[in-house]
Amino acid sequence: MDHNSYSDQYLRSILASVKTIAMVGASPHWNRPSYFAMKYLQGKGFRVIPVNPRAAGETILGERVYADLAEISEPVDMVDIFRNSEAAGAIVDEAIRIGAKIVWMQLGVRNDAAAARAESAGLRVVMNRCPKIEYSRLHGELAWSGINTGIISSKRQKRVPR
Amino acid sequence: MRDDDKPAGFGFETRAVHAGAAPDPTTGARTTPIYQTTAFVFDDVDHAASLFNLQTYGYIYSRLTNPTVSVLEERVSALEGGRGATACASGHAAQMLAFFAFMEPGAEFLASTKLYGGSITQFGRSFKKFDWNVIFVDPDDPENFRRALTPKCRAIFVESLANPGGVVTDLEPVAQIAHAAGIPLLVDNTLASPYLCRPIEWGADIVIHSTTKFLSGHGNSMGGVVVDSGKFDWSQNDKFRSLTEPEPAYHGLRFHETFGDLAYTVAGHALGLRDLGATMAPLNAFLTITGIETLALRMERHCANALAVAQFLEAHPMVKWVSYAGLPSNRYHALAKKYLPKGAGSVFTFGVKGGYEAGVKLVEGCELLSHLANLGDTRSLIIHPASTTHRQLTEEQQIVAGAGPDVVRLSIGIESAADIIADLDQALRQAG
Repeated sequence: MDHNSYSDQYLRSILASVKTIAMVGASPHWNRPSYFAMKYLQGKGFRVIPVNPRAAGETILGERVYADLAEISEPVDMVDIFRNSEAAGAIVDEAIRIGAKIVWMQLGVRNDAAAARAESAGLRVVMNRCPKIEYSRLHGELAWSGINTGIISSKRQKRVPR
Repeated sequence: MRDDDKPAGFGFETRAVHAGAAPDPTTGARTTPIYQTTAFVFDDVDHAASLFNLQTYGYIYSRLTNPTVSVLEERVSALEGGRGATACASGHAAQMLAFFAFMEPGAEFLASTKLYGGSITQFGRSFKKFDWNVIFVDPDDPENFRRALTPKCRAIFVESLANPGGVVTDLEPVAQIAHAAGIPLLVDNTLASPYLCRPIEWGADIVIHSTTKFLSGHGNSMGGVVVDSGKFDWSQNDKFRSLTEPEPAYHGLRFHETFGDLAYTVAGHALGLRDLGATMAPLNAFLTITGIETLALRMERHCANALAVAQFLEAHPMVKWVSYAGLPSNRYHALAKKYLPKGAGSVFTFGVKGGYEAGVKLVEGCELLSHLANLGDTRSLIIHPASTTHRQLTEEQQIVAGAGPDVVRLSIGIESAADIIADLDQALRQAG
């Protein structure tokens, strides 16, 4: 799998398959990037479970914060990693253990060795991308900000829930 | 360039017609509607808060973003191979906006001595009021930029094809010099248009257009656009604090950390248009979008006509010299073949025998060519820069900028070449 570039089809199928996201490194502070992403993804109908040992037991955007992935009792489809590339390695191994199907590393986060372990365990991997940006790009919203989405279609767009 | 940022497999002409524009979700309208509205309703207070915090996407107020304008932004970005774009009221507004995102008082930048005269005035005089200080550099030897660098330099600014002298900048080595210094290369690509030259492919980080010219193409709409390649790492040093440090007006948000390679474009709207207010009107965006659909066709004809006119003038007894990079005799011909392989554009200068007086007589004697201060129109245009566009400059600056007293500038349109040539011929005879 080439992790320098992902096809629209690959990202679409991942985002369409996911219902529950565990967000590792979710911040309780509203001006942090993870908070932006969590709030946006909740608005699009995703269940987002925050994971952050320093905020364990607190609540972020109505969701209880867990200390680690293993503590989450319900099934997690995707683990979204807001940590540095090195720290991402151990989180990927935990994601494999809890049976997540997808590991997604945020913008600037890339750990090829961990990605290879996840892929050999049957998980799908995205690195150095943001699910908020990719969801909005694929659904036409990113273009509202003057961003080049790369999407050309003669079909009428369906409005996505906000 | 990540592959998924490019319309996969779509050619330039397809992007010129389609990029950014989809059928209207509500009505199915196929042409981009003109959203002639100042503001957009919020669903509720929480939605409004998310929008103002930049946490979700949507329209608030047309000073910042507008659905018609954002189609134009995405389209130009797609043509230039950029990550995103910010449209604004004019080319001059685009230059202000491009620097506003990262300059601060006391900072410096390098710019070519051979820029359009209006840019030299804006950089050299008005930018000083912000304590942004330009150092002008002769671009013909790229090493001149390296020699002129100072620790306070934040950018290098050049034109790919300069107005009016037909100067072609050697973009590749200038980009390398900028990147070695940890600063971005900004390229004004107005005269070339993305059909003839795409500076990002040669290492430019930011591309600026006066969309008033070839992009709009019909002389009917003012506009400008700033395209970001998304490739420049604003966090590589401490020179670009307004993009990397907490932004007080957004409660400590850090643009580069939060928006990654979208940061410059988000800041262009959320800081630049918000506070400079130089917004593009939706009608102008609509006319420019429509113009861009035929950009490739027009540029082919512009270039073919310009070459025919340049060849005619080169052999004319009233003409001292012709500065068109498309002519093999031109000193920039080799650079033009590298950076502008499809044609050297349609704006160039020539020297008329008889100096200032003959220049004035020539422009006044034209019947088909219009005497006016625009360029990149379907109509052929003629102007005598020393008495008009470049008159604010000293004579020395005029000569350096290729706008000395005997210089006449042409912007060749898409009429029948024989008619353009016949009109110039009769006007030259009158001037002689």
